[in-house]
Amino acid sequence: MPLKREEVEHIARLARVGMTEEDLEIFGGQLSHILEQFNVLREVDTEDVLPTSHTVDLSSVFRDDEERPSLPQEDTLANAPRRDDDFFRVKPVLG
Amino acid sequence: MNASQPLHALTIHDASELLVRREISSVELTEAVLARIEGVDEKVKAFVTVTGDRAMEEARASDERRAARRLGPLDGVPMMLKDNLCTNGIRTTCSSKMLENFVPPYDAHVTERLRESGAVMVGKGNLDEFAMGSSTENSAYFTTRNPWDLGRVPGGSSGGATAAVSAGEAMYSLGSDTGGSIRQPASFCGVVGLKPTYGAVSRYGLVAFGSSLDQIGPITKDVTDSALVMNVIAGHDARDSTSVPFEPPDYAKALVPDIKGIRIGVPKEYFVEGMGEDVIDVMERAVSKLEELGAEVDRDVSLPHTKYALAVYYIIAPSEASANLARYDGVKYGYSAQDAGSMWEAMEKTRQHGFGPEVKRRIMLGTYALSSGYYDAYYLKAQKVRTLIRREFEEAFERYDALVAPTCPTPAFELGAKTDDPVQMYLSDICTIPANIAGIPAISVPAGFSFGLPVGMQIMAKAFGEPTLLRLAYAYEQSMGWRHLRAPV
Repeated sequence: MPLKREEVEHIARLARVGMTEEDLEIFGGQLSHILEQFNVLREVDTEDVLPTSHTVDLSSVFRDDEERPSLPQEDTLANAPRRDDDFFRVKPVLG
Repeated sequence: MNASQPLHALTIHDASELLVRREISSVELTEAVLARIEGVDEKVKAFVTVTGDRAMEEARASDERRAARRLGPLDGVPMMLKDNLCTNGIRTTCSSKMLENFVPPYDAHVTERLRESGAVMVGKGNLDEFAMGSSTENSAYFTTRNPWDLGRVPGGSSGGATAAVSAGEAMYSLGSDTGGSIRQPASFCGVVGLKPTYGAVSRYGLVAFGSSLDQIGPITKDVTDSALVMNVIAGHDARDSTSVPFEPPDYAKALVPDIKGIRIGVPKEYFVEGMGEDVIDVMERAVSKLEELGAEVDRDVSLPHTKYALAVYYIIAPSEASANLARYDGVKYGYSAQDAGSMWEAMEKTRQHGFGPEVKRRIMLGTYALSSGYYDAYYLKAQKVRTLIRREFEEAFERYDALVAPTCPTPAFELGAKTDDPVQMYLSDICTIPANIAGIPAISVPAGFSFGLPVGMQIMAKAFGEPTLLRLAYAYEQSMGWRHLRAPV
């Protein structure tokens, strides 16, 4: 079933990707086509099968709690698109 | 060793031998590679950034070290890194407008390991934006060309890193492989590409795409070089929580031309519909050769869940990507849209203009697969089928030491041939994806030609079975002459 326009808009909003009218149409068609390919999975019996989130048998990896130097503040801020003193500057969050 | 080859065409081990014997210096070798880049990269377009000055400094330092003591095989040898591997002080772009001016404040683990081994870095390789693609046509900057035929793609996503090795613009490179991004271009460009076991090489400093699938691995001119690079990059690193605590073996010890009694299975599901007769012929000859060399080959193997791997992959990888790429918000680093009134609007515009179409497509796809109401039907279902695919491999590896299959259904395709249809492009990875889903190692090794274009054979083994892969690939390679061939560019 092809995605409805509102659905594509909803996904774009969740993903925080701005879209033009044309984008919504193109992505809607392409995503619908790709999603169709996934229907093949419905025929697989996965009753009682545990999901794999991870192929290596490692669980709860903790590092030792020891002090280590972190990146210097200047290095961390060096790539900031907008900087204000020692802060990242952002557009207004409210309003 | 082939003495008639120009310096840029040498393998790591040949170059290293000349360095040890003081027949050449690292400065001469590096100059030869930089001259080669100067001469052919206008056509091949493998490099996003060439770091010539730094390379010459590193080469001079290597020569000074060599005057004082014995050095490892990578010392003084020029290499290139795919441009999604962080390099302290050198921009790392992921071939995206989003990171066009991003200069990492630290090195990736593999960058660090190579530096410590005395590697000389000549530059950073073009890729499909954020490693999403199979041709480098999704690079936001330019498309890399196949050194065997400039009208064709080099494969992807590690297309620049692979074309560079194939064209002699680097002695070796490192790529990343999420669904085939090392092996598929290696097949297309006639070189050796190894995707290690998930967890064998630290992903610290690799720009994340699909975190449960991504692995870093070597792209080299022959199998010996692949082992030499693995000796330096494999091993535990606490900075990647998925890095496995293990003591890597000496991979070079696997390089013995004896494969008598090794059990090989050839799964029929990898010979997909629409695969060219020529690719099937190349595979048949390669498998017969392995048999002739003493391997026990079973041609009647079936792994029926293979056909679900593509769908599983294109749910899991975009889902993980949508989460990983949420960090590109235009605040901390990278492209940032300024013509916006609010934070949310700025973020939407940043991502609208900073990401290219394939990246947006995958973010949208992943966001959908993880969204409320669809999670169980897509993501959870895919993870369950992933379990079945893994189990099937585990069972197969009780009977066989290795599985052999084509790396890709076709040789390199023409530029533009698949850009209009994302699903057609995705099908290019159909034979490489299963290894990522199961986390197992796989190598692509040149196995012949189809109308003048290289075709690769893929060998897969169980987790941490890299020595088996290298041994088979080495024995096969030594029995054929292709490792001496170089792309005609």
